[in-house]
Amino acid sequence: MPTALYRLILACLLLLPLGAYANDANDFAAANNSEQAQLLESWAAHPTPGRVELINGLQQGQISVDGEVKTLRLNNRLRGLIDTALASHQLLAVDPKLRLNAAQQLQKSAKPAQLKFLDQQLAAETDSDVRSALSLALANLQLVDPDPAVRLAAVRLLGETGEPLARTRLENLLQPDIETDASVRTAAETSLAQVKRKLLIGDLLGQAFSGLSLGSILLLAALGLAITFGLLGVINMAHGEMLMLGAYSTYCVQLLFQRFAPGAIEFYPLLALPVAFFVTAAVGMVLERTIIRHLYGRPLETLLATWGISLILIQLVRVLFGAQNVEVANPAWLSGGLHVLPNLVLPYNRLVIIVFALAVVVLTWLLLNKTRLGLNVRAVTQNRNMAACCGVPTGRVDMLAFGLGSGIAGLGGVALSQIGNVGPDLGQGYIIDSFLVVVLGGVGQLAGTVYAAFGLGIANKILEPQIGAVLGKILILGLIILFIQKRPQGLFALKGRVID
Amino acid sequence: MNQPLMLTATQKAGPKVTAWVGGLVLLVLLAMPLLSLLPADNSFQVSAYTLTLVGKILCYAIVALALDLVWGYAGLLSLGHGLFFALGGYAMGMYLMRQASGDELPAFMTFLSWTELPWYWVGTEHFWWAMCLVVLAPGLLALVFGFFAFRSRIKGVYFSIMTQALTFAGMLLFFRNETGFGGNNGFTNFRSILGFGITEPGTRAVLFFATVMLLVISLFLGWRLARSKFGRVLTALRDAENRLMFCGYDPRGFKLFVWVLSAVLCGLAGALYVPQVGIINPGEMSPTNSIEAAVWVALGGRGTLIGPLLGAGVVNGMKSWFTVAFPEYWLFFLGALFIIVTLYLPKGVIGLLKKKDEQ
Amino acid sequence: MRNVMLEPILDPNKDAGSSRDAISFGQRAEPGLNTRHGTILTLEGISVSFDGFKALNNLNLYIGVGELRCIIGPNGAGKTTMMDVITGKTRPSEGQAWFGETLDLRQMSEVQIAQAGIGRKFQKPTVFEALSVFENLELAQKTDKSVWASLRAKLTGEQKDRIGEVLDTIRLTHSAQRPAGLLSHGQKQFLEIGMLLMQDPQLLLLDEPVAGMTDAETEFTAELFKSLAGKHSLMVVEHDMGFVGAIADHVTVLHQGSVLAEGSLEQVQADERVIEVYLGR
Repeated sequence: MPTALYRLILACLLLLPLGAYANDANDFAAANNSEQAQLLESWAAHPTPGRVELINGLQQGQISVDGEVKTLRLNNRLRGLIDTALASHQLLAVDPKLRLNAAQQLQKSAKPAQLKFLDQQLAAETDSDVRSALSLALANLQLVDPDPAVRLAAVRLLGETGEPLARTRLENLLQPDIETDASVRTAAETSLAQVKRKLLIGDLLGQAFSGLSLGSILLLAALGLAITFGLLGVINMAHGEMLMLGAYSTYCVQLLFQRFAPGAIEFYPLLALPVAFFVTAAVGMVLERTIIRHLYGRPLETLLATWGISLILIQLVRVLFGAQNVEVANPAWLSGGLHVLPNLVLPYNRLVIIVFALAVVVLTWLLLNKTRLGLNVRAVTQNRNMAACCGVPTGRVDMLAFGLGSGIAGLGGVALSQIGNVGPDLGQGYIIDSFLVVVLGGVGQLAGTVYAAFGLGIANKILEPQIGAVLGKILILGLIILFIQKRPQGLFALKGRVID
Repeated sequence: MNQPLMLTATQKAGPKVTAWVGGLVLLVLLAMPLLSLLPADNSFQVSAYTLTLVGKILCYAIVALALDLVWGYAGLLSLGHGLFFALGGYAMGMYLMRQASGDELPAFMTFLSWTELPWYWVGTEHFWWAMCLVVLAPGLLALVFGFFAFRSRIKGVYFSIMTQALTFAGMLLFFRNETGFGGNNGFTNFRSILGFGITEPGTRAVLFFATVMLLVISLFLGWRLARSKFGRVLTALRDAENRLMFCGYDPRGFKLFVWVLSAVLCGLAGALYVPQVGIINPGEMSPTNSIEAAVWVALGGRGTLIGPLLGAGVVNGMKSWFTVAFPEYWLFFLGALFIIVTLYLPKGVIGLLKKKDEQ
Repeated sequence: MRNVMLEPILDPNKDAGSSRDAISFGQRAEPGLNTRHGTILTLEGISVSFDGFKALNNLNLYIGVGELRCIIGPNGAGKTTMMDVITGKTRPSEGQAWFGETLDLRQMSEVQIAQAGIGRKFQKPTVFEALSVFENLELAQKTDKSVWASLRAKLTGEQKDRIGEVLDTIRLTHSAQRPAGLLSHGQKQFLEIGMLLMQDPQLLLLDEPVAGMTDAETEFTAELFKSLAGKHSLMVVEHDMGFVGAIADHVTVLHQGSVLAEGSLEQVQADERVIEVYLGR
């Protein structure tokens, strides 16, 4: 029955090319679910330019029948079919970009009925990118061609690609009951190996990249901590909340741009950087002067007091902005990604953050090693009393160093707001990891912090696919404890006589 | 900072008064379970809510005491005691779950369509084995962690951070459904313990009584420790570990002993907490809970035995009042408490009382 | 316990004492510690470097049984690092360190070294400030120092007497119940010396013991040390030449991590290289 109906509709369509588009809408609206599916399949096999508008409407879930717009109830199967039909129609578009997208969509979802149409399009296609994408889509379909030679060619073509989908298709062919021809099966095996190799490269690079990305985030989170902990000996449990404040500053800047300068909203993160830096640095300096200053030399008490500060900051943000996450949108230049391999996309925001993290490290290094402030900070770190005798205003230096550490956390917060949720608990998730970075890297060593951050980031991402994120984290904690057995001072330690 | 901390509050802060107050408190605590058995219309009747609340706070007080042993005496601030507490609680919870489900698998396992018990659940239907687990699980974990941590001389804030990371890792692990402890719902819907209904007034009264006894025993243990040479070695270790080593003491053994003891006490407290409160979930392992225990000890006065109990009572009493009256402001209050205690009350309330006494 | 650890293990290959020129006072050999050649401490070819800086450079030093040796030298000569090596705090990158004839200090932990009978007083006096003077001495007392023993420990009358004796010696009897944190700097120095006496070590390392003492206290300390020598071996690092002159019969001068001169105080004071090092060129 379905075939009969199908043929009937097909015949109608072929016979009535004129005025058919209005009828298409009526037909579709009148049909039940399975008939709608058949309609869509036939449209996909025989696209005509005039029907694009109708299918576009369908994709939005709307149909206009006799000038009246109705809302459709679609199930997932129909939605998929609509996408396929739309892609099929878009192959007829003038814009090669649209055609390319369409061809890529068809690689995943083309139906055998579309074979003939795709063949025609391939012959007529002029753009080379679209051609290769299209030939792949075709190859996917040809895998079920009755002619073994055609199948063989298709299998070879699939081997050339590094598409994740090609792998599943080829894996299917390995079973004798699906693919009867032995030579095609052998070819499928070689092609599969080829595809797997390409995919593996992409996977490994992908893991390395996400490791680097996580490392850069850890670095931004831990760098400020390395300064306050390493140079001042202060355990700042509220450091995570400085990240959170930085992210909320970004949110506020974004709101201001939306209100007062919607045209320049693309560039709000650039303004958010100094704003976040100064806001968090100011908060940090106020805290240092009012609370932390009284606790120098009592690290455990500092830890508890700063934990108290963090509780207050979290609750304050909850009261001011609500307990829900706030929406921080990526500007256009940070969304999307670099398409390196079929299964490897490097998101722009993560790329930018890696570069940004390194830039912050370089700036911090310059600040600590090439400026008067840095000299003062290092002097106070090494011998507070002597520095005071030499006229270094130790109180001011403490305040500025703490402000610097907090400010860097604020910068980290801007970066975090571009890749994750911004909520009052944002900082809590980072504080333990940041401390582990500082502990592992060795106290008071910027280089150690950099190595430890990237090391931990990459180790995390390598372990994650093998044993899962949670077990990976636990394993890494165990490894750090074992590592500290060997090198109690961390990766990079200042050696010297222990002073009692 | 280097000023001497007193050995016990009872020794110096007006021994008579302290003894009287302590005796009175103990008397009230012992009377409470009995009063709870009175009929509901009696004006002396203690409601189930009050009994549970006080029982809960008593469990916390044991945790505070255990934390004080390692922090106040040995100078090791643990931010991971919630883990030991929860492990003890989970061990007890396993038994209670088995009791509730009878011969079947516990409900959450059938929900995950598991067909058999994981190996670590074997034997948990026996009360005695569950009790062994209550001691063994936190004890062994503390032993292994402590062995490595003390061997590499991790101390001070490094130790604190490591313990915090440990409890955080534990929380992540227990949040997973595959771990086999009910995921983020944990264990709840208990029915009976040793054949007695868990919500029956009699059971509640006995559990409460057991908690008071555990507290008294812990207190006695702490008192004996603090007065022994062992206690003096711990104090010495806190103030000058190097000197102690050159005196010929191996600090690792001393630290490990008190660390494991403290963990086991926490586990026992957790085991009594679970049947009284009726639920255990991974939230108990969150770093926040453990660090809150530190403020109980700090507020009461570390290095004393009464201080932590006082601190746990005051803070938790405030908490249950605040979270009903002004839930928005509880965190502000708690945060301020952390700051005020560290800035102005380095020796806690007990220190304050003692100072007044001396003047 | 101690005896088991100190069981003499004869190792003929390493037992090469012929080149040692330590001056022996040899009155007392502790049971268990093998001091056949009259040498209680042997440092040979010790080098320690911190990130390329050689704190000790091929240092050779021998201390005889019952000897009182003074070590002098300008700042940075490696005096404290040498003590760190002897007590196991710093591991030498090269060289050998023997306690008696058989105990290889490089293989032992700080605790084992302390239990074997080397006591150390730090440059800055470190006592257990929260404990009373009496308790400080009690902890230092030579006894079983394991965890279990500490849990059950009770002072015997004999031990109490010993503590009383030492309290008398260091003149702190009246402060016995005071917290050590409340003592004056000089009193803390004495308390630390007292703790060393309680430990009853065979070799005492004393890092600037009279810093911060009054003249009278210094004089008293000198008497005390002289009375200790013979029964114990002492190694004293000191800058105060008056004090060194008062106690030392044998002085070693360290410079840039190795021994510059050795001999009586007059001899080394007359040595031109020593003068050069101390006065600059």
